Amino acid sequence: MSNPLHVNEDKKQGRFNLNKDFIDKYGDLTLLFFIMISVFAIMAIINPNVFLSQGMMLSIANQFPILGLLTLAMMFAMVSGGIDLSVVSTANLSAIMASIIMVQYIPADASAGVTTLYILLSIVCALLVGCVAGLFNGILVSVVGIPAIIVTLGTMQLYMGIALVLTKGKSIVGLPTIVSEVGAGTLFGIPFPLIIFIMFVIFSYFVLNLRDYGLKLQMTGSNPTASKFSGINVTSITIKAYVISGLLAAVAGLLMTAATNAAKADFGTTYLLQAILVAVMGGVNPYGGRGKVAGVVMAVITMQILSSGLGMLQVSNFFKDFMWGTVLIIVLLANLFYNKKISKLS
Amino acid sequence: MKRILKTNEFYITIVLVLLIFYIGSQNSTFFSINNWFDLIRSGIVPGIFVIGTLLVLISGGIDVSFPAIAAFSMYTTTSIITSLDFDVPVIFAFVIGALIGLFLGFINSIFIAFLKLPTLIVTLGTASIYSGFLLTFIDDGQITRLPEAMTNLSKTRIFEITTDYGTIGIPVVFLITVAIAVLGWFLLKYTMIGRSIYALGGDEVSAERMGISSVKIKVFVYCFVGTLAGIAGVIHTIMTRNSNASDLLGGELLIIAAVVLGGARITGGHGTIYGSLIALLLILIIQNSLILLGIPSYWQRFVIGALILIGTGLSAIQVKRSLEKRNPIMTE
Amino acid sequence: MEPLIEMKEISKNFGGVKALENVNLTIYPGEVHCLAGENGCGKSTLIKVLSGVHTPDHGEIFINKKRYKRLHTQESIQEGIQVIYQDFSVFPNLTVKENLAMGYEMSNNKKLVNWKLFEKIAKQALETIDVDIDINEKVENLSVADKQLIAIARSLLFNARLIVMDEPTTALTDKEVQSLFNVISNLKRKGISILFVSHKLEEIFTIAERATILRNGKNVTEQLISELDTNQLIYHMTGREIKETTYESEFNENQKPLLKLKNFGLKYMFADVNLEIYPGDIVGVTGTLGSGRTELAEAIFGIAASDSGTMEINGEEAKIKNPRQAVKRKIVYVPEDRLTKGLILEQSIERNIIISTVENLLKKFRLISDNKVKNSVDYWIKNLGIVAKFPKRNVSVLSGGNQQKVVLSKWLASEPDILILNSPTVGVDIGSKEEIHEVIKEQARKGMGVILISDDIPELKQNCNKIVTMDKGKVISIDHISEYAMSR
Repeated sequence: MSNPLHVNEDKKQGRFNLNKDFIDKYGDLTLLFFIMISVFAIMAIINPNVFLSQGMMLSIANQFPILGLLTLAMMFAMVSGGIDLSVVSTANLSAIMASIIMVQYIPADASAGVTTLYILLSIVCALLVGCVAGLFNGILVSVVGIPAIIVTLGTMQLYMGIALVLTKGKSIVGLPTIVSEVGAGTLFGIPFPLIIFIMFVIFSYFVLNLRDYGLKLQMTGSNPTASKFSGINVTSITIKAYVISGLLAAVAGLLMTAATNAAKADFGTTYLLQAILVAVMGGVNPYGGRGKVAGVVMAVITMQILSSGLGMLQVSNFFKDFMWGTVLIIVLLANLFYNKKISKLS
Repeated sequence: MKRILKTNEFYITIVLVLLIFYIGSQNSTFFSINNWFDLIRSGIVPGIFVIGTLLVLISGGIDVSFPAIAAFSMYTTTSIITSLDFDVPVIFAFVIGALIGLFLGFINSIFIAFLKLPTLIVTLGTASIYSGFLLTFIDDGQITRLPEAMTNLSKTRIFEITTDYGTIGIPVVFLITVAIAVLGWFLLKYTMIGRSIYALGGDEVSAERMGISSVKIKVFVYCFVGTLAGIAGVIHTIMTRNSNASDLLGGELLIIAAVVLGGARITGGHGTIYGSLIALLLILIIQNSLILLGIPSYWQRFVIGALILIGTGLSAIQVKRSLEKRNPIMTE
Repeated sequence: MEPLIEMKEISKNFGGVKALENVNLTIYPGEVHCLAGENGCGKSTLIKVLSGVHTPDHGEIFINKKRYKRLHTQESIQEGIQVIYQDFSVFPNLTVKENLAMGYEMSNNKKLVNWKLFEKIAKQALETIDVDIDINEKVENLSVADKQLIAIARSLLFNARLIVMDEPTTALTDKEVQSLFNVISNLKRKGISILFVSHKLEEIFTIAERATILRNGKNVTEQLISELDTNQLIYHMTGREIKETTYESEFNENQKPLLKLKNFGLKYMFADVNLEIYPGDIVGVTGTLGSGRTELAEAIFGIAASDSGTMEINGEEAKIKNPRQAVKRKIVYVPEDRLTKGLILEQSIERNIIISTVENLLKKFRLISDNKVKNSVDYWIKNLGIVAKFPKRNVSVLSGGNQQKVVLSKWLASEPDILILNSPTVGVDIGSKEEIHEVIKEQARKGMGVILISDDIPELKQNCNKIVTMDKGKVISIDHISEYAMSR
């Protein structure tokens, strides 16, 4: 071992090792990063005056947090090996609960302080509804043993059904003005929805990528049987994933209410499929076990830039649908070939 | 007999019969011909979708792009015929619609059968591509002027009767749904390709070893679904006498729910035409007739959601139980 | 007599790895021929060449003197070669009659289903092996043995001249193995050849007449079974003499048992198990797969909790209802199915090692400490000699032996008192096999109690100080190793 040649060998090995580790850890993220940057650059080049304006930036920053939160919600369910088709229904149901409290229970002559208190109460209620909705999903998936796609297909109808029953199919309006003021407000120049989004991105990153729960969730999502045989409490891990999903959906619901100053049982139904698309683009494995918060964030920003940029070019909404689908298929294909290459490497 | 008692179809039938008699006993309008003609009419297009979806689920996949395919073929077909500007027999519309559907289904199958990408995600993607492409590049408006042959067909009815409210009947296109249901039943029950779809959904590796080409079967399934969706699109135009693409979009999850409620499993290998159609009828009755019980229409979704969860939950528990009992080592 | 099948100088490479190298195989009509060898020796590759799944790179195949450079699946079937795979290749969602008749009708190029004919074919198929199974039952409701009978009956429809059975007894109980052997004898009487693929010595000696033995993708020998004895057969399969080493516990028996089972039972599975595990014990458990040995192990580990009798851990009564409680009580289990239960294949080597101890590798706020993870992973990779350059790669890239070491290190990291291993060396190369045995013995010497389940009797004889024999859910004997050697 004292042979200097050996030392050299080891050094080479070390460098090689680092590269491989880098590819393993960040390979898929770099691809996304470059896609995001290029989409931004293309839009900036096409029409720098409009696209790089403060108004455009603000509008982008105001728009993607809702989809972003719903995508994070979808991500947790998908990483656990399932899917959550009920995210939008949960979001609306939570928002409706909050709105009902705000519209029906705040006394007409309440002071600003009392109103704020009621609003806080309604927010807590909404988050609680989200958690309970997620809990119900989780129990049906992991205790009763119904496939997640069916459970959430059912609860999607059920939660929307409850919301319809509560509202008799009408939208709830007449919320305190403070709601929309906060919704459209900024803090240190950052739009409020974006701040909320960043908070929950950090939360998700902690839970999924840094803490032991996230590791266990990913293992469970990859192979529940082997995880059970490794002493993981698969049932509770899975239920928690759906509870988190419900919680994130509830936050998205509140943002939707803040943005529109209203709540309705069938708001934002197009978000559902978009959330799945963005999650998959962001590198969440549709078969479970893998997902990175950073990937999801970049994917949602990319899609929003694309979508706002296309809006700037005055193309129809339908063209955006077309682009979304195309990008998704391209990402699927890119992943397919990327994975083939990786498996050849090893 | 015991075997029948174990099936979802059996329970759904019982629930359906009970519901029919309950609603009927509460409100006699439910049994009126008018109401049933309405029900049948509302089931013509979903009935075709259900059969396509059933095939996909049996094969172990899932397809959410059929409404987009239907919308695409509906619009394109009417445009083509209108632009041809001469009288063509109505069969021509169905052939074009079917071909367009076949082509779009084939595109799905390229990703699913050859590249083996996950079916849900692929069809989500292609669904946005098809509907986005249609509405952007072809037109985003509606066609209100139908070609004459199609208008004529839309006026043709069977079982026409005259009541106090005027003449009612079932659109003749209902026969197409019936024909497709019979075709689907025959395909699944009496052809090797149909049984191969079940085999593929049951165990893909074993199917390959038996000499079933999973690629061929999947291509067939997705093309078949596409074709059915294409035909359904044309029927939809004929029935509503205009082409409005957004009418069809968004109904995919309810159709899948109906098929699952009817006994198909999302994991593949199970499901029958009878069960799917019965479950569809149940959902249609809930959608159309709950109101006859004095239950406001906004309860529909709640009831449908609860029904899906209870139905699939019961069969999940049943499967769990039978798994536990299997392969005992000791007798007593 | 003219041979039915002659495979000559067959070679097959998979991306630079030589799976088969100049392998010969000759089978005569009406003989029961055994293809033996350890896992990974090329047995299944050879079968797949014969059934047309793999194209050989080199060599030729003669079937009844007709020469083939390669076989297509359909040609193989037409020549009367039928393979019964380990998992039987049946369709759980279809009825018995369909499972039986469908493949046959497909090979006749039928496009439509004639259910009457299906019924006739199915009945006829079941008659040929003289069994009675309801042909309208769905296969998912059948026992494992019945599924296998269906696979056999199905293969006979094709006028089979050779039936290849790939490890056919893996999932069978003793009684079922007996009836399988009866079926084989019947087939033989009808002039049908059987290629019996196995690594279980007892079975080879019971049923086969001649054996071709492979090792590392090469022919070792081809001999009449009557000319072989157990030791020779093992030598040919493994390339090593059986070392007559034995293991003795260095702890005296006066101390408290680590684990004590009293009338331990689980409905339908096993009953009245009385067993004590002391520090330093390596207790071998043997019995066929339907003996209840796996169920016993899984009950101790809490996968399917026992419902009668008691369990004492370190003298304290304990109830274990799920694996988590077992791990807390320092009982761990290496399942027999490494690929689906032992490992999470889609995840990294690193994660598979730390999965059960991640709670010890945290820093502030329950965040996973990368440093602690790296130290732990490096330690175990070095300590168990796992050949893994890139611990962040998927565990699926490792060889069987290294994978099993990953499973072991996952549990050793949790410092267990009781280590239960279920067939830990199946599909593991010889080198790793011995290393794994050494690790087990080393742990036992340090005071761990080990339960080693295996149907490899020599493995048990070399590594255990006690041997428990189970049958039909009951313990029929517990012998000290010296007594055991005498009784056999």
